[in-house]
Amino acid sequence: MGFFTGFFNKFFGKLFLKKKDIKLGLYGPPNAGKTTLANTICKDILGEEMGTVSNIAHETREIQIKEQICIKSKDGKKELMFNLVDTPGIATKIDYEDFMKSGMKEAEAKQRAKEATKGVVDAIKWLDEMDSVVIVLDATKDPYSQVNITIVGNLAARDIPVLIAANKVDLKKADINKVKAAFPQYDVVGISAKYGKNIQDFYDALFKVIR
Amino acid sequence: MSLTLQFVPYNDIVALGSARRVNKLMNIVKENKVVLLEGRLKKEEEADLISIAMEEIDNKFKGIELAVIDPKKEDSRNMFKNMKTGFVNLVLGDRQGFTVIGPATIIKEIKKDPNNIQLFTMDAGSKRKREAQQKLADAAAAK
Repeated sequence: MGFFTGFFNKFFGKLFLKKKDIKLGLYGPPNAGKTTLANTICKDILGEEMGTVSNIAHETREIQIKEQICIKSKDGKKELMFNLVDTPGIATKIDYEDFMKSGMKEAEAKQRAKEATKGVVDAIKWLDEMDSVVIVLDATKDPYSQVNITIVGNLAARDIPVLIAANKVDLKKADINKVKAAFPQYDVVGISAKYGKNIQDFYDALFKVIR
Repeated sequence: MSLTLQFVPYNDIVALGSARRVNKLMNIVKENKVVLLEGRLKKEEEADLISIAMEEIDNKFKGIELAVIDPKKEDSRNMFKNMKTGFVNLVLGDRQGFTVIGPATIIKEIKKDPNNIQLFTMDAGSKRKREAQQKLADAAAAK
């Protein structure tokens, strides 16, 4: 019975799904620039930011959603509407003492660590809710980290379309070719979310990925 | 500072369900040992392992370091071999390569390249300092 109900919901759900219901998730390790990218998109389209950014890791500790983002293709002929879901950075370890090194008091650091661990769990739970995902990576860092590989593997296992945004290309150390070599099966767009560089190319790549 | 590696043959986890697999490995890591698992977990189990590590974090346990060494990548162009491997994995589980899981309080970083795997451990000084701080915190909490 459960099988038939599930099949019915999936089949008719997809049949009548409106484009505005598409969930586009921003995933990646902490401090890769997910919220900066979300802010750049939201400022560009809606004229307002989505969340606060910081140099200290795990600034985003809760799932944040901006609904009905509508982007246009370069030639202005196509439109794409989605709900943007900004997620906390996924990590395998969180130590409150690392926050204290950034100048936080112990109580505040412990609270931040507690919230950050919950954020990682939530981000993983939300993987199943996504229709498409942008993996935001810091192009100045090693793309072969196990967290990145685990995120990519889980999205592939769930058959969720992926676009990789190699962020921080404005920095000298950025190496977009290394990111491309690490994930040859996916489209990789080099961007600077902070300065809005290549954002239109990023939008155009989204048209190929979102379904 | 000593480092204990515990080898876990794939046969030890093959009959277990996902939740029990992950818990078994996590229990070893929480004993401050580094797990050397033959083969690898499913992708979803890797994500579950991270989730459980997050839920377990407290003043003593800081999470895990994880690395999967997967020799299949080197053969990714050989389609027939990949199909054969995929079928064997489906029937017997993914026994290729190995997985290293260590507690983040001991393993600072795991670096891998095609020929080497390097475990960078926390230096003994910082571990002793952390243990002393923990003892002080425990004593203060007991008062």
